[in-house]
Amino acid sequence: MSSAARANRDLLWQRVAIATPYLWLLLFFLVPFAIILKISLADPIVAQPPFTPSFDDEGALAVSLDNFRFLLTDKLYAVTYLRSVVIAGIATLLCLALGFPMAYGIARAREETRGLLLLLIVLPFWISFLLRVYAWMGLMNNHGVINNTLIWLGIIDTPMQMMYTDFAVFVGLTYSYLPFMILPLYATLERMDLDFVEAAQDLGATRTRAFWDVTWPLARPGVIAGCLLVFIPAMGEYVIPYLLGGPESLLIGRVLFDEFFVNRDWPLASAVAVVLLLLLVVPIVILQRNQARDAEGEA
Amino acid sequence: MNRTSRLITSILAFGYAFLYVPLILVVVYSFNDSRIATVWGGFSTRWYGELLRNDQVLDAAFLSFRVAFMSASMATILGTMAGLALARFSRFRGRTLFSGMITSPMVMPEVITGLSLLLLFVSLQQLTGWPGQRGFSTITIAHTTFAMAYVAVIVQSRLSSMDESLEEAAMDLGGRPLRVVFDITLPLIAPAMVAGWLLAFTLSLDDLVIASFVSGPGSSTLPMYIFSKVKLGVSPDINALATLIILFVSAGVLIAWLVARRARRVA
Repeated sequence: MSSAARANRDLLWQRVAIATPYLWLLLFFLVPFAIILKISLADPIVAQPPFTPSFDDEGALAVSLDNFRFLLTDKLYAVTYLRSVVIAGIATLLCLALGFPMAYGIARAREETRGLLLLLIVLPFWISFLLRVYAWMGLMNNHGVINNTLIWLGIIDTPMQMMYTDFAVFVGLTYSYLPFMILPLYATLERMDLDFVEAAQDLGATRTRAFWDVTWPLARPGVIAGCLLVFIPAMGEYVIPYLLGGPESLLIGRVLFDEFFVNRDWPLASAVAVVLLLLLVVPIVILQRNQARDAEGEA
Repeated sequence: MNRTSRLITSILAFGYAFLYVPLILVVVYSFNDSRIATVWGGFSTRWYGELLRNDQVLDAAFLSFRVAFMSASMATILGTMAGLALARFSRFRGRTLFSGMITSPMVMPEVITGLSLLLLFVSLQQLTGWPGQRGFSTITIAHTTFAMAYVAVIVQSRLSSMDESLEEAAMDLGGRPLRVVFDITLPLIAPAMVAGWLLAFTLSLDDLVIASFVSGPGSSTLPMYIFSKVKLGVSPDINALATLIILFVSAGVLIAWLVARRARRVA
């Protein structure tokens, strides 16, 4: 084989290495979004598939914004979107409140124990998500372990209602997403130079002041990454509100699921997805910028 | 010990208890003889026996493992190519879109990914007749798509933390790019590929929402089966199934960790 032919073959291989995953993602990631957008502009009909085509019989464009108008005017949807933002936001803060001191503690632990402590954070992530949520059902039941223990201790005489409340949803979200908060926080806190904090204290800053003026700003990339990694998936969560939340505690992920599978209104379900995606575009872009900047800083 | 570090130690203890007590209780209650899952009725292993005689569970588990094996393997191939492209082929047309498409599936809410892929499969079926039936193939494609993102990120970060000089030296010595990739680069990133494969395998076994969208009637994965039972409340045979998964995964992760630690010590 001549060297020119070889060079050509190598170039060809490079192209294949780029083009294969590229085409895969175009077909199975980007095109599906275009289809969601298309169907969100259609009307539901009783047919297979259950929506009107984008072009009518004469070939004219037949789209309508009815679904979006409905989402904006029907109070149920506005309230559900708002509830999802608030609940995901509170769960994010709960994860931060518990995750920050934990990540800090792990980053400051002795080097031999640090590996094991981190492993114990990651381990639940490998165990089925569904089963971890399920574990709380047995704990928070009216006749579950928590209530039985409290009654046995004489602290309460009748079971507290925990299951099927927002409280249970918060517990489930915090429990499931805590590792996503701790890992990026740990990564920044571990890199952080303790000398800065000591220098601040030597110069007369109180411990609190040193924390807010030195530790917190330095930990910010980790805080941003952790919060977004919790907030974004929590917004669309389906399993946790379904299993632990009450029937009236609707979150948008569950509304989308039910709209599609129970009401079989594909266009409305698509419109719900489009609006959810629009709500998440800003946090997703912030996350990607944050990660890119972090990667640059590391290099 | 000063006040701050005592506070942090107690929060750490609380945090780990929060993470592990629920799992430990599931394991304990799986050995409960009573049919009512919350009342202790003596030690028994009968639920494990019932689990092994339950064909629905075995079928679902078999489907889940087939999908996980296939999608993890495809995701590793595609993800490694993507990671190489991002880390080593510095400039090509549409790079921004490419890296955006790589990272987005990881944070996309599952309901959106699931819905969009199902709508794609329905449209494809209308246009081409494929896929005639939704099940193994559609779930595998869906899982490959979101898992390849994880593999790509792992491979890319391994490549960018790696010195390029070995590859450059091989090229200087007359190695052709393709050979250098196979003789130098791939062996060096093999640990990252293994880690990526394992992660993809676990993510696939774990997924409920996306599989619920893209599977058809008659093909239930293990999480879909568990969800259909768990909806009705706590049940003892699910405790047994959960225990098997928890013990299996914990043992696997622990062994992998010990092996990796020993390898680091030797090196």
